Amino acid sequence: MEKSIQVLEREVVEEFALFPEWMDKYEYLIEIGKSLPMIQEGNKTEENLIKGCQSRVWLHCQMEDGRLQFSADSDAIITKGIIALLIRVYNNRRPDEILSSDFGFIREIGLQENLTPTRANGLVSMIDRIRAYATQNQ
Amino acid sequence: MNREILNQAVEEIRKQVPALGRTVYGKPLVYLDNAATAQKPQSVLDRVHQMNAGVNGNVHRAVHRLSEETTLWYEEARDAVKDLIGAAERAEVIFTSGTTAAINTVAYAWSSRFLKAGDVVLVSQAEHHSNIVPWQLACERAGATLRVLPVDESGQWRMDLLPQLLDERVRMVAVSHISNVLGLVNPIQEMIRQAHAVGACVLIDGAQGIVHGQVDVQALDCDFYVFSGHKLYAETGTGILYGKRRWLEAMPPFLGGGDMVDTVTFEKTTYAPLPLKFEAGTGNFIGAASLAPAIAFARSLTTPTLEENQQEIIQYLNEELRRIEGLQIYGEGPNKIPLFSFSVAGCNHGDIATLLDKLGIAVRSGLMCCEPLISSFGHTGLVRASFAPYNTLAEAEALVQGLHRVVRMLR
Repeated sequence: MEKSIQVLEREVVEEFALFPEWMDKYEYLIEIGKSLPMIQEGNKTEENLIKGCQSRVWLHCQMEDGRLQFSADSDAIITKGIIALLIRVYNNRRPDEILSSDFGFIREIGLQENLTPTRANGLVSMIDRIRAYATQNQ
Repeated sequence: MNREILNQAVEEIRKQVPALGRTVYGKPLVYLDNAATAQKPQSVLDRVHQMNAGVNGNVHRAVHRLSEETTLWYEEARDAVKDLIGAAERAEVIFTSGTTAAINTVAYAWSSRFLKAGDVVLVSQAEHHSNIVPWQLACERAGATLRVLPVDESGQWRMDLLPQLLDERVRMVAVSHISNVLGLVNPIQEMIRQAHAVGACVLIDGAQGIVHGQVDVQALDCDFYVFSGHKLYAETGTGILYGKRRWLEAMPPFLGGGDMVDTVTFEKTTYAPLPLKFEAGTGNFIGAASLAPAIAFARSLTTPTLEENQQEIIQYLNEELRRIEGLQIYGEGPNKIPLFSFSVAGCNHGDIATLLDKLGIAVRSGLMCCEPLISSFGHTGLVRASFAPYNTLAEAEALVQGLHRVVRMLR
Protein backbone atom coordinates (compact mmCIF):
# COMPACT_ATOMS: atom_id res chain seq x y z
CA MET A 1 0.00 0.00 0.00
CA GLU A 2 1.15 3.54 -0.73
CA LYS A 3 2.45 5.42 2.29
CA SER A 4 0.58 8.56 3.24
CA ILE A 5 2.29 11.96 3.12
CA GLN A 6 2.17 12.00 6.90
CA VAL A 7 4.09 8.71 7.11
CA LEU A 8 6.72 9.99 4.69
CA GLU A 9 7.07 13.20 6.68
CA ARG A 10 7.58 11.13 9.84
CA GLU A 11 10.25 9.05 8.10
CA VAL A 12 12.20 12.13 7.10
CA VAL A 13 12.03 13.52 10.63
CA GLU A 14 13.32 10.23 12.03
CA GLU A 15 16.15 10.04 9.50
CA PHE A 16 17.39 13.50 10.40
CA ALA A 17 17.13 12.72 14.10
CA LEU A 18 19.86 10.11 13.54
CA PHE A 19 22.33 12.96 13.03
CA PRO A 20 22.78 14.99 16.19
CA GLU A 21 25.54 17.11 14.62
CA TRP A 22 24.61 19.93 12.28
CA MET A 23 27.38 19.12 9.84
CA ASP A 24 26.10 15.55 9.55
CA LYS A 25 22.54 16.74 8.91
CA TYR A 26 23.84 18.91 6.10
CA GLU A 27 26.06 16.16 4.75
CA TYR A 28 22.92 14.04 4.48
CA LEU A 29 21.00 16.90 2.88
CA ILE A 30 23.75 17.29 0.26
CA GLU A 31 23.54 13.56 -0.48
CA ILE A 32 19.78 13.83 -0.96
CA GLY A 33 20.35 16.82 -3.23
CA LYS A 34 22.39 14.66 -5.55
CA SER A 35 19.40 12.31 -5.99
CA LEU A 36 17.07 15.12 -7.03
CA PRO A 37 14.78 14.34 -10.01
CA MET A 38 16.50 16.67 -12.43
CA ILE A 39 14.46 19.16 -14.33
CA GLN A 40 14.81 19.06 -18.11
CA GLU A 41 16.90 21.96 -19.38
CA GLY A 42 13.90 23.15 -21.40
CA ASN A 43 11.88 23.53 -18.22
CA LYS A 44 14.38 25.89 -16.63
CA THR A 45 12.16 28.77 -17.61
CA GLU A 46 11.68 32.16 -16.07
CA GLU A 47 8.23 30.94 -15.05
CA ASN A 48 9.64 27.98 -13.13
CA LEU A 49 12.28 30.09 -11.40
CA ILE A 50 11.32 30.59 -7.78
CA LYS A 51 11.53 34.20 -6.65
CA GLY A 52 12.79 35.02 -3.21
CA CYS A 53 15.85 32.80 -3.34
CA GLN A 54 19.36 34.15 -3.47
CA SER A 55 20.48 30.98 -5.20
CA ARG A 56 18.64 30.15 -8.40
CA VAL A 57 16.10 27.35 -8.07
CA TRP A 58 13.68 26.06 -10.67
CA LEU A 59 10.66 23.89 -9.84
CA HIS A 60 8.66 22.34 -12.64
CA CYS A 61 5.31 20.65 -12.12
CA GLN A 62 2.95 18.72 -14.35
CA MET A 63 -0.22 16.72 -13.77
CA GLU A 64 -0.25 13.06 -14.73
CA ASP A 65 -3.30 10.93 -13.98
CA GLY A 66 -4.49 13.36 -11.34
CA ARG A 67 -1.12 13.45 -9.60
CA LEU A 68 1.49 16.19 -9.45
CA GLN A 69 4.95 15.34 -10.81
CA PHE A 70 7.79 17.59 -9.72
CA SER A 71 11.30 18.11 -11.03
CA ALA A 72 13.77 20.78 -9.95
CA ASP A 73 17.29 22.11 -9.98
CA SER A 74 19.38 24.73 -8.23
CA ASP A 75 22.89 26.12 -8.52
CA ALA A 76 23.31 25.61 -4.77
CA ILE A 77 23.58 22.04 -3.52
CA ILE A 78 21.99 22.68 -0.12
CA THR A 79 19.00 24.27 -1.82
CA LYS A 80 18.87 21.22 -4.05
CA GLY A 81 18.80 19.00 -0.96
CA ILE A 82 15.91 20.91 0.54
CA ILE A 83 13.85 20.85 -2.64
CA ALA A 84 14.67 17.15 -3.11
CA LEU A 85 13.36 16.52 0.38
CA LEU A 86 10.13 18.32 -0.45
CA ILE A 87 9.79 16.42 -3.71
CA ARG A 88 10.40 13.11 -2.00
CA VAL A 89 7.43 13.75 0.27
CA TYR A 90 5.06 15.54 -2.11
CA ASN A 91 5.83 13.99 -5.50
CA ASN A 92 3.25 11.85 -7.28
CA ARG A 93 0.44 13.00 -4.97
CA ARG A 94 -3.06 14.28 -5.55
CA PRO A 95 -3.46 18.04 -4.97
CA ASP A 96 -5.80 17.50 -2.01
CA GLU A 97 -3.24 15.29 -0.29
CA ILE A 98 -0.59 17.98 -0.64
CA LEU A 99 -2.93 20.65 0.66
CA SER A 100 -3.72 18.50 3.70
CA SER A 101 -0.10 18.77 4.85
CA ASP A 102 1.00 21.65 7.07
CA PHE A 103 4.65 21.26 5.96
CA GLY A 104 5.50 21.29 9.66
CA PHE A 105 7.98 18.43 9.36
CA ILE A 106 10.56 20.88 8.00
CA ARG A 107 10.47 22.64 11.35
CA GLU A 108 10.85 19.34 13.14
CA ILE A 109 14.01 18.31 11.32
CA GLY A 110 15.57 21.54 12.46
CA LEU A 111 15.64 23.44 9.21
CA GLN A 112 13.44 26.13 10.73
CA GLU A 113 16.37 28.53 10.51
CA ASN A 114 15.72 28.36 6.79
CA LEU A 115 12.12 29.44 7.24
CA THR A 116 12.69 33.14 7.73
CA PRO A 117 11.66 34.87 4.52
CA THR A 118 15.00 36.47 3.80
CA ARG A 119 17.10 33.31 4.00
CA ALA A 120 19.12 32.62 0.92
CA ASN A 121 17.64 29.24 0.07
CA GLY A 122 14.08 30.51 0.06
CA LEU A 123 12.43 27.47 1.61
CA VAL A 124 9.25 29.43 2.20
CA SER A 125 9.04 30.34 -1.48
CA MET A 126 9.47 26.68 -2.45
CA ILE A 127 6.67 25.56 -0.15
CA ASP A 128 4.45 28.36 -1.44
CA ARG A 129 5.13 27.23 -5.00
CA ILE A 130 4.25 23.60 -4.26
CA ARG A 131 1.01 24.70 -2.56
CA ALA A 132 0.22 27.00 -5.48
CA TYR A 133 0.65 24.15 -7.98
CA ALA A 134 -1.64 21.97 -5.83
CA THR A 135 -4.26 24.70 -5.57
CA GLN A 136 -4.22 25.43 -9.31
CA ASN A 137 -4.69 21.78 -10.16
CA GLN A 138 -7.35 20.97 -7.61
CA MET B 1 57.23 39.94 17.87
CA ASN B 2 56.54 36.44 19.05
CA ARG B 3 53.15 34.89 18.59
CA GLU B 4 52.38 34.71 22.29
CA ILE B 5 52.72 38.45 22.74
CA LEU B 6 50.51 39.07 19.72
CA ASN B 7 47.87 36.63 20.95
CA GLN B 8 47.89 38.20 24.36
CA ALA B 9 47.38 41.68 22.93
CA VAL B 10 44.39 40.46 20.91
CA GLU B 11 42.94 38.64 23.92
CA GLU B 12 43.07 41.86 25.95
CA ILE B 13 40.94 43.53 23.28
CA ARG B 14 38.55 40.59 22.96
CA LYS B 15 37.77 40.76 26.66
CA GLN B 16 36.21 44.16 26.04
CA VAL B 17 33.81 42.84 23.37
CA PRO B 18 31.16 40.57 24.93
CA ALA B 19 29.66 39.21 21.68
CA LEU B 20 32.98 37.62 20.74
CA GLY B 21 32.68 35.31 23.71
CA ARG B 22 29.43 33.68 22.62
CA THR B 23 28.92 30.31 21.00
CA VAL B 24 26.82 29.33 17.99
CA TYR B 25 25.53 25.76 17.56
CA GLY B 26 27.61 24.89 20.59
CA LYS B 27 30.83 26.09 18.95
CA PRO B 28 32.88 29.18 19.75
CA LEU B 29 31.88 32.04 17.45
CA VAL B 30 34.44 32.95 14.81
CA TYR B 31 33.14 36.30 13.64
CA LEU B 32 34.50 37.18 10.20
CA ASP B 33 31.79 39.50 8.90
CA ASN B 34 33.23 42.71 10.29
CA ALA B 35 32.92 44.55 6.99
CA ALA B 36 29.14 44.17 7.38
CA THR B 37 29.02 45.26 11.00
CA ALA B 38 31.51 45.21 13.85
CA GLN B 39 30.90 43.84 17.33
CA LYS B 40 30.68 46.46 20.04
CA PRO B 41 32.88 46.94 23.08
CA GLN B 42 31.41 47.15 26.58
CA SER B 43 32.09 50.90 26.68
CA VAL B 44 29.69 51.42 23.76
CA LEU B 45 27.05 49.13 25.27
CA ASP B 46 27.38 51.00 28.57
CA ARG B 47 26.98 54.39 26.93
CA VAL B 48 23.82 53.28 25.12
CA HIS B 49 22.39 51.80 28.30
CA GLN B 50 23.33 54.82 30.35
CA MET B 51 21.65 57.12 27.83
CA ASN B 52 18.46 55.07 27.74
CA ALA B 53 18.33 54.49 31.46
CA GLY B 54 18.87 57.99 32.66
CA VAL B 55 19.63 60.69 30.09
CA ASN B 56 16.79 60.27 27.65
CA GLY B 57 15.81 63.87 26.87
CA ASN B 58 15.39 65.00 23.30
CA VAL B 59 18.50 66.63 21.94
CA HIS B 60 18.72 70.39 21.30
CA ARG B 61 15.09 70.95 22.29
CA ALA B 62 14.39 71.72 25.88
CA VAL B 63 16.01 73.61 28.71
CA HIS B 64 15.48 70.82 31.20
CA ARG B 65 18.35 68.86 32.62
CA LEU B 66 17.83 65.62 30.65
CA SER B 67 17.74 67.38 27.30
CA GLU B 68 20.82 69.34 28.27
CA GLU B 69 22.75 66.21 29.22
CA THR B 70 21.74 64.49 25.97
CA THR B 71 22.92 67.53 24.02
CA LEU B 72 26.26 67.45 25.83
CA TRP B 73 26.84 63.78 24.97
CA TYR B 74 25.69 64.34 21.40
CA GLU B 75 27.99 67.28 20.83
CA GLU B 76 30.86 65.54 22.59
CA ALA B 77 30.49 62.77 19.99
CA ARG B 78 30.64 65.37 17.24
CA ASP B 79 33.94 66.60 18.67
CA ALA B 80 35.26 63.04 18.77
CA VAL B 81 34.40 62.57 15.08
CA LYS B 82 35.94 65.92 14.18
CA ASP B 83 39.19 64.89 15.87
CA LEU B 84 39.11 61.43 14.30
CA ILE B 85 38.93 62.70 10.73
CA GLY B 86 40.76 65.99 11.23
CA ALA B 87 37.89 68.21 10.11
CA ALA B 88 38.58 71.94 10.29
CA GLU B 89 35.51 72.61 12.41
CA ARG B 90 32.68 70.76 14.11
CA ALA B 91 30.09 72.44 11.86
CA GLU B 92 31.39 70.26 9.03
CA VAL B 93 30.46 67.05 10.86
CA ILE B 94 26.84 66.07 10.25
CA PHE B 95 25.11 63.15 11.92
CA THR B 96 23.11 60.88 9.63
CA SER B 97 21.61 57.41 9.98
CA GLY B 98 24.52 55.84 8.09
CA THR B 99 26.68 55.94 4.98
CA THR B 100 23.68 55.45 2.70
CA ALA B 101 21.82 58.42 4.16
CA ALA B 102 24.97 60.55 3.95
CA ILE B 103 25.53 59.75 0.27
CA ASN B 104 21.87 60.34 -0.52
CA THR B 105 22.03 63.71 1.21
CA VAL B 106 24.88 64.81 -1.05
CA ALA B 107 23.47 63.14 -4.16
CA TYR B 108 20.21 64.98 -3.63
CA ALA B 109 21.13 68.32 -2.11
CA TRP B 110 24.48 68.95 -3.81
CA SER B 111 23.23 67.71 -7.17
CA SER B 112 20.08 69.83 -7.07
CA ARG B 113 22.29 72.89 -7.09
CA PHE B 114 25.46 71.81 -8.87
CA LEU B 115 24.64 68.97 -11.27
CA LYS B 116 23.29 70.13 -14.62
CA ALA B 117 22.17 68.56 -17.87
CA GLY B 118 25.15 67.24 -19.80
CA ASP B 119 27.32 66.95 -16.67
CA VAL B 120 28.98 63.70 -15.64
CA VAL B 121 29.27 61.82 -12.34
CA LEU B 122 32.22 59.44 -12.19
CA VAL B 123 32.08 56.33 -9.99
CA SER B 124 34.33 53.27 -9.92
CA GLN B 125 33.30 49.82 -11.06
CA ALA B 126 33.81 48.53 -7.52
CA GLU B 127 31.31 50.81 -5.78
CA HIS B 128 28.71 49.60 -3.31
CA HIS B 129 25.12 49.99 -4.54
CA SER B 130 24.83 52.86 -2.03
CA ASN B 131 27.39 54.80 -4.03
CA ILE B 132 25.83 53.97 -7.41
CA VAL B 133 22.05 54.19 -7.11
CA PRO B 134 21.82 57.65 -5.45
CA TRP B 135 23.96 59.01 -8.31
CA GLN B 136 21.84 57.29 -10.94
CA LEU B 137 18.80 58.98 -9.41
CA ALA B 138 20.62 62.32 -9.32
CA CYS B 139 21.72 61.94 -12.95
CA GLU B 140 18.16 61.14 -14.00
CA ARG B 141 16.87 64.25 -12.28
CA ALA B 142 19.57 66.48 -13.73
CA GLY B 143 19.88 64.93 -17.18
CA ALA B 144 23.48 64.06 -16.36
CA THR B 145 25.44 60.89 -17.16
CA LEU B 146 27.02 58.28 -14.94
CA ARG B 147 30.51 57.26 -16.04
CA VAL B 148 32.44 54.29 -14.69
CA LEU B 149 36.14 53.93 -13.90
CA PRO B 150 36.99 50.24 -14.43
CA VAL B 151 39.19 48.10 -12.20
CA ASP B 152 41.84 45.73 -13.57
CA GLU B 153 41.96 41.98 -13.02
CA SER B 154 43.50 42.32 -9.58
CA GLY B 155 40.86 44.85 -8.56
CA GLN B 156 43.00 48.00 -8.75
CA TRP B 157 41.54 51.18 -10.23
CA ARG B 158 42.59 51.74 -13.84
CA MET B 159 44.23 55.08 -13.06
CA ASP B 160 45.81 54.97 -16.53
CA LEU B 161 42.33 55.61 -17.97
CA LEU B 162 41.72 58.76 -15.93
CA PRO B 163 42.97 61.14 -18.62
CA GLN B 164 40.16 59.84 -20.88
CA LEU B 165 37.48 59.60 -18.20
CA LEU B 166 38.15 62.74 -16.22
CA ASP B 167 37.27 65.77 -18.29
CA GLU B 168 35.69 69.15 -17.63
CA ARG B 169 32.20 67.67 -17.83
CA VAL B 170 32.80 65.61 -14.69
CA ARG B 171 31.32 67.56 -11.79
CA MET B 172 31.40 64.83 -9.14
CA VAL B 173 33.72 61.90 -8.49
CA ALA B 174 32.12 59.47 -5.99
CA VAL B 175 34.42 56.62 -5.05
CA SER B 176 35.19 54.34 -2.14
CA HIS B 177 38.28 54.60 0.03
CA ILE B 178 38.30 50.79 0.30
CA SER B 179 35.93 48.51 -1.63
CA ASN B 180 33.83 46.22 0.58
CA VAL B 181 34.47 43.36 -1.86
CA LEU B 182 38.09 43.84 -2.89
CA GLY B 183 39.61 45.09 0.36
CA LEU B 184 42.15 47.30 -1.41
CA VAL B 185 43.04 50.79 -0.20
CA ASN B 186 42.38 52.93 -3.25
CA PRO B 187 44.66 55.79 -4.37
CA ILE B 188 42.14 58.41 -3.28
CA GLN B 189 44.75 61.10 -2.70
CA GLU B 190 45.79 60.94 -6.35
CA MET B 191 42.15 60.72 -7.46
CA ILE B 192 41.23 63.82 -5.47
CA ARG B 193 44.16 65.75 -6.92
CA GLN B 194 43.26 64.88 -10.50
CA ALA B 195 39.53 65.47 -9.97
CA HIS B 196 40.17 68.90 -8.50
CA ALA B 197 42.41 69.70 -11.45
CA VAL B 198 39.36 69.53 -13.72
CA GLY B 199 37.17 71.31 -11.18
CA ALA B 200 35.24 68.24 -10.03
CA CYS B 201 33.98 67.72 -6.51
CA VAL B 202 34.98 64.49 -4.70
CA LEU B 203 32.95 62.33 -2.32
CA ILE B 204 34.78 59.48 -0.60
CA ASP B 205 32.73 56.55 0.64
CA GLY B 206 34.67 55.74 3.77
CA ALA B 207 32.42 52.97 5.14
CA GLN B 208 35.36 50.54 5.10
CA GLY B 209 38.16 53.12 4.89
CA ILE B 210 37.51 54.75 8.26
CA VAL B 211 37.94 51.38 9.97
CA HIS B 212 41.31 50.55 8.41
CA GLY B 213 43.78 53.36 8.82
CA GLN B 214 44.01 57.03 9.60
CA VAL B 215 41.89 59.54 7.74
CA ASP B 216 42.72 63.23 7.57
CA VAL B 217 40.09 64.98 5.48
CA GLN B 218 42.08 68.21 5.32
CA ALA B 219 45.24 66.50 4.11
CA LEU B 220 43.19 64.49 1.62
CA ASP B 221 41.38 67.67 0.60
CA CYS B 222 38.25 65.65 -0.24
CA ASP B 223 35.00 67.59 -0.44
CA PHE B 224 32.90 64.96 1.31
CA TYR B 225 33.83 61.91 3.38
CA VAL B 226 31.06 59.62 4.63
CA PHE B 227 30.92 56.58 6.88
CA SER B 228 28.75 54.53 9.25
CA GLY B 229 29.05 54.19 12.99
CA HIS B 230 28.15 50.52 13.23
CA LYS B 231 31.20 49.34 11.29
CA LEU B 232 33.32 51.44 13.64
CA TYR B 233 32.08 49.70 16.81
CA ALA B 234 29.31 52.27 17.50
CA GLU B 235 25.57 51.79 17.71
CA THR B 236 23.67 50.91 14.54
CA GLY B 237 21.75 53.70 12.83
CA THR B 238 24.53 56.25 13.10
CA GLY B 239 26.57 57.77 10.33
CA ILE B 240 28.68 60.75 9.42
CA LEU B 241 28.59 63.17 6.57
CA TYR B 242 31.72 65.27 6.54
CA GLY B 243 31.62 68.12 4.04
CA LYS B 244 33.66 71.23 3.42
CA ARG B 245 31.85 74.25 4.81
CA ARG B 246 31.65 76.04 1.47
CA TRP B 247 29.78 73.12 -0.11
CA LEU B 248 27.49 72.57 2.86
CA GLU B 249 26.68 76.29 2.96
CA ALA B 250 25.91 76.34 -0.75
CA MET B 251 23.75 73.20 -0.74
CA PRO B 252 20.02 73.47 -0.04
CA PRO B 253 18.76 71.31 2.84
CA PHE B 254 17.90 67.67 2.07
CA LEU B 255 15.13 66.91 4.58
CA GLY B 256 12.94 69.60 6.08
CA GLY B 257 11.69 69.39 9.64
CA GLY B 258 12.43 70.25 13.22
CA ASP B 259 15.88 71.29 14.44
CA MET B 260 17.02 72.38 10.97
CA VAL B 261 15.25 75.71 10.92
CA ASP B 262 15.91 79.22 12.12
CA THR B 263 12.48 80.80 11.75
CA VAL B 264 9.42 79.32 10.10
CA THR B 265 6.51 81.25 8.65
CA PHE B 266 4.12 80.03 6.00
CA GLU B 267 5.68 82.48 3.62
CA LYS B 268 9.34 81.72 4.17
CA THR B 269 11.59 79.61 6.32
CA THR B 270 15.19 80.33 7.13
CA TYR B 271 17.50 77.52 8.05
CA ALA B 272 19.60 76.78 11.06
CA PRO B 273 23.36 77.16 10.71
CA LEU B 274 25.57 74.13 10.10
CA PRO B 275 25.54 71.36 11.09
CA LEU B 276 21.87 71.44 12.12
CA LYS B 277 20.74 72.52 8.65
CA PHE B 278 21.20 68.87 7.61
CA GLU B 279 19.89 67.26 10.80
CA ALA B 280 16.13 67.52 10.40
CA GLY B 281 13.94 65.70 12.89
CA THR B 282 14.96 63.90 16.04
CA GLY B 283 18.25 62.23 15.25
CA ASN B 284 19.47 59.00 16.75
CA PHE B 285 20.93 60.90 19.69
CA ILE B 286 21.56 57.79 21.75
CA GLY B 287 23.38 56.06 18.94
CA ALA B 288 25.32 59.20 18.13
CA ALA B 289 26.46 59.47 21.75
CA SER B 290 27.98 55.99 21.41
CA LEU B 291 30.37 57.31 18.75
CA ALA B 292 32.66 58.83 21.38
CA PRO B 293 33.47 55.56 23.23
CA ALA B 294 33.49 53.72 19.87
CA ILE B 295 36.12 56.07 18.47
CA ALA B 296 38.16 55.76 21.65
CA PHE B 297 37.99 51.98 21.24
CA ALA B 298 38.93 52.17 17.54
CA ARG B 299 41.92 54.30 18.42
CA SER B 300 43.05 51.80 21.05
CA LEU B 301 43.25 49.22 18.23
CA THR B 302 45.90 51.07 16.24
CA THR B 303 48.88 49.71 18.18
CA PRO B 304 51.93 48.29 16.36
CA THR B 305 51.27 44.93 18.03
CA LEU B 306 47.72 44.63 16.72
CA GLU B 307 48.83 45.94 13.33
CA GLU B 308 51.48 43.23 13.16
CA ASN B 309 48.89 40.61 14.09
CA GLN B 310 46.68 41.76 11.22
CA GLN B 311 49.59 41.71 8.77
CA GLU B 312 50.29 38.12 9.79
CA ILE B 313 46.66 37.21 9.20
CA ILE B 314 46.81 38.78 5.72
CA GLN B 315 50.00 36.91 4.90
CA TYR B 316 48.65 33.64 6.28
CA LEU B 317 45.42 33.86 4.27
CA ASN B 318 47.24 34.94 1.13
CA GLU B 319 49.23 31.72 1.31
CA GLU B 320 46.75 29.25 2.75
CA LEU B 321 43.56 30.17 0.89
CA ARG B 322 45.36 29.52 -2.40
CA ARG B 323 46.10 25.96 -1.35
CA ILE B 324 42.39 25.20 -1.64
CA GLU B 325 41.87 23.81 -5.09
CA GLY B 326 39.85 26.06 -7.37
CA LEU B 327 39.83 28.99 -4.94
CA GLN B 328 40.23 32.40 -6.49
CA ILE B 329 40.76 35.61 -4.53
CA TYR B 330 39.34 38.88 -5.86
CA GLY B 331 41.31 41.95 -4.88
CA GLU B 332 45.07 41.61 -4.79
CA GLY B 333 47.93 43.96 -4.12
CA PRO B 334 50.22 45.38 -1.46
CA ASN B 335 47.42 47.72 -0.35
CA LYS B 336 45.28 44.85 0.99
CA ILE B 337 43.34 44.99 4.25
CA PRO B 338 42.37 41.74 6.05
CA LEU B 339 39.30 41.26 3.86
CA PHE B 340 39.18 38.34 1.43
CA SER B 341 36.45 37.74 -1.14
CA PHE B 342 36.75 34.55 -3.11
CA SER B 343 35.05 31.94 -5.24
CA VAL B 344 35.68 28.19 -5.15
CA ALA B 345 35.21 26.32 -8.42
CA GLY B 346 32.36 23.81 -8.21
CA CYS B 347 31.00 25.19 -4.94
CA ASN B 348 28.15 27.64 -4.48
CA HIS B 349 28.96 30.67 -2.31
CA GLY B 350 25.77 30.31 -0.28
CA ASP B 351 26.48 26.63 0.40
CA ILE B 352 29.98 27.44 1.63
CA ALA B 353 28.69 30.14 3.99
CA THR B 354 25.84 27.94 5.27
CA LEU B 355 28.20 25.12 6.16
CA LEU B 356 30.86 27.40 7.67
CA ASP B 357 28.10 28.85 9.83
CA LYS B 358 27.42 25.39 11.26
CA LEU B 359 31.08 25.29 12.28
CA GLY B 360 30.58 28.57 14.13
CA ILE B 361 32.27 30.67 11.43
CA ALA B 362 30.34 33.76 10.30
CA VAL B 363 31.21 34.94 6.79
CA ARG B 364 29.27 36.86 4.16
CA SER B 365 28.12 35.40 0.87
CA GLY B 366 26.30 36.72 -2.16
CA LEU B 367 26.54 39.92 -4.16
CA MET B 368 27.49 42.07 -1.17
CA CYS B 369 25.63 45.04 -2.68
CA CYS B 370 28.20 45.12 -5.49
CA GLU B 371 26.32 43.41 -8.29
CA PRO B 372 28.05 45.21 -11.20
CA LEU B 373 31.51 44.26 -9.93
CA ILE B 374 30.72 40.65 -9.04
CA SER B 375 28.81 40.11 -12.30
CA SER B 376 31.86 41.36 -14.18
CA PHE B 377 33.82 38.53 -12.54
CA GLY B 378 31.22 36.13 -13.98
CA HIS B 379 29.75 35.16 -10.60
CA THR B 380 26.34 35.29 -8.93
CA GLY B 381 28.07 35.78 -5.60
CA LEU B 382 31.30 35.42 -3.65
CA VAL B 383 32.26 34.40 -0.13
CA ARG B 384 33.84 37.12 1.99
CA ALA B 385 35.80 36.82 5.22
CA SER B 386 36.52 40.21 6.79
CA PHE B 387 38.68 40.61 9.88
CA ALA B 388 38.84 43.22 12.63
CA PRO B 389 41.81 43.90 14.90
CA TYR B 390 40.11 41.72 17.56
CA ASN B 391 40.33 38.62 15.35
CA THR B 392 43.05 36.09 16.09
CA LEU B 393 45.38 34.17 13.81
CA ALA B 394 43.74 31.04 15.24
CA GLU B 395 40.43 32.24 13.79
CA ALA B 396 42.06 32.62 10.36
CA GLU B 397 43.30 29.04 10.76
CA ALA B 398 39.80 27.89 11.73
CA LEU B 399 38.50 29.50 8.54
CA VAL B 400 41.04 27.69 6.37
CA GLN B 401 40.40 24.34 8.06
CA GLY B 402 36.66 24.89 7.83
CA LEU B 403 36.94 25.69 4.13
CA HIS B 404 38.90 22.52 3.43
CA ARG B 405 36.17 20.55 5.15
CA VAL B 406 33.14 22.17 3.49
CA VAL B 407 34.70 22.13 0.03
CA ARG B 408 35.22 18.38 0.41
CA MET B 409 31.56 18.02 1.41
CA LEU B 410 30.28 20.09 -1.50
CA ARG B 411 32.25 18.44 -4.28
